[in-house]
Amino acid sequence: MFIKQISVFLENHNGALRELTELLGKGGIDLLALSVADTQNFGIIRIIVSSEQTDTAMLALRDNGYVAKINHVICAEVPDRPLGLCELLSLIEKAGLSVEYMYSFLRASKGSDEAHMILRLSDGKKAVELFQMKNVKMLSQKDVDAL
Amino acid sequence: MSQRVHRIYNPAMECISRDELTALQGKRLAATVKREYENVPMYRARMDAAGVKPEDIRSLEDLKYLPFMEKTDLRDYYPFDLLASPKSEIVRIQGSSGTTGKPIVSGYTRNDIDIWSEMMARTLTAAGATQDDIVQVTYGLGLFTGGFGAYQGADRIGAMVIPMSSGNTQRQILMMKDLGTTLLCCTPSYASYLGETIREMGIDPQKDLKLKAGCFGAEPWTEEMRQRIEELLCIDACDIYGLTEISGPGVAFECLEKHGMHINEDHVIAEIINPTTGEQLPYGMHGELVFTTITKTGMPMMRYRTHDICTLTADKCACGRTLARMGRIVGRTDDMLVIRGVNVFPSQIESVLVGADGVAPHYMLVVDRVNSSDTLEVQVELTEDMFGDTVSHIENVRKYITDQIKSVVGIASKVKLVAPKSIPRSEGKAKRVIDKRKL
Repeated sequence: MFIKQISVFLENHNGALRELTELLGKGGIDLLALSVADTQNFGIIRIIVSSEQTDTAMLALRDNGYVAKINHVICAEVPDRPLGLCELLSLIEKAGLSVEYMYSFLRASKGSDEAHMILRLSDGKKAVELFQMKNVKMLSQKDVDAL
Repeated sequence: MSQRVHRIYNPAMECISRDELTALQGKRLAATVKREYENVPMYRARMDAAGVKPEDIRSLEDLKYLPFMEKTDLRDYYPFDLLASPKSEIVRIQGSSGTTGKPIVSGYTRNDIDIWSEMMARTLTAAGATQDDIVQVTYGLGLFTGGFGAYQGADRIGAMVIPMSSGNTQRQILMMKDLGTTLLCCTPSYASYLGETIREMGIDPQKDLKLKAGCFGAEPWTEEMRQRIEELLCIDACDIYGLTEISGPGVAFECLEKHGMHINEDHVIAEIINPTTGEQLPYGMHGELVFTTITKTGMPMMRYRTHDICTLTADKCACGRTLARMGRIVGRTDDMLVIRGVNVFPSQIESVLVGADGVAPHYMLVVDRVNSSDTLEVQVELTEDMFGDTVSHIENVRKYITDQIKSVVGIASKVKLVAPKSIPRSEGKAKRVIDKRKL
């Protein structure tokens, strides 16, 4: 129930993000989700692309001198209404898990009333068990590819 | 212009005729070489390899036949394999940083401590100190030779010593004011910082303090810094030179003429050599400074290459001393840096950065001087090993490197992780250091 995420180290300077998106864009990579974590000195860009583009993206990044890694994250479905996200976070909190980071998809699945959150929690395995028990729907890599 | 009063601690030696000095040096050199050959296997092996026997060394002229010593020798024969006296006769260990993670140490006999104290007594006296003075030592008292050297010299003169050691500026100033410190021993950058702080506190050195002079060393400085310190503190600022391998501070010292540092030549022989060929160069030419100890018994040093570049002159000084003088250090023949008085080699930093694959990432040391204090920024190109998808992971890596550098090199630094290939590559020998200090 995990999906692949690419994280990239970026130095904090003007144009760094533009250069990265240009590189990926020219390689025909379609970004399904993206988040930026920044500090004063550096940033971490996390992206989700379809599974068939993951290797291409990694290759392009490494060839161009970026430090990049593939990690596994969870993609949970959240009701698209007020308090929807809050309820999910309450579940996580009560289970004693913590959120290391979280961001949302750029694109919703067609005709759906749900939003999709990408989560990295302190214990991924436990999180999957929790969501399964509480009927929180998670997207598989296949679901993501179909977005 | 007012005539300066030049005090001399040991006129018989400090004003000896050059001819007598040469004869004395030759005699002491021969005795020391014999001692080294007989007691230290390393010296015996090196001299045998060079085809030199102790009997070949009869005068100062013969010095050039002897092999050189390097700092790496102190590491390779660490800690006691260079001792020329039985370990039971060693009464003190002092040390400094080596070229890699391991420190270097030097063992002193009672005789060596006496010599070192005498050299520092001469140093402080040349700056005007007498037994009526109050000497504040803000060099660290510990393995680092600065603190103990200054303490011993002041003690030898019979001055009143305040062994403050380094740090705690407010307390330093309080003691300086309350006790009426007249002579200050510290690094020039700290002297400058003390001066600035004193001024900021609204203290008028001429009215509120009794300072008259300072002996500043352990790091390179400039004439501009001297002027600034002298103005800030209303004192005479004298330069001193020394290194643990030879004894410590006081190997050479400035008199109030402030025109080069007198070398204690009855205890050490100074040479200037061509760093590439090892040939001796005449006085007046720039080259690498080499020292040979001729009175030390614990860990004598034969033609120790300092890697400092300077000139020598034996012209008689207006102070009356005949001891030759060395000019300011204008550079290094290796990549050693002096940061806040601590010797730092890029190789030490490299040893910290070496990853699981045994390869260190590209790095660059950026040294600067901000508000009279040296700063060290270590830029490290991030590798995949170090990278993780959370900010806290990368911050932990950064903190780990910072802590390791602190523990290996002994100074605080600011570590900055940068993108791969963002540090410029140079052809040939990698450029590892950008020194922005104007020294």
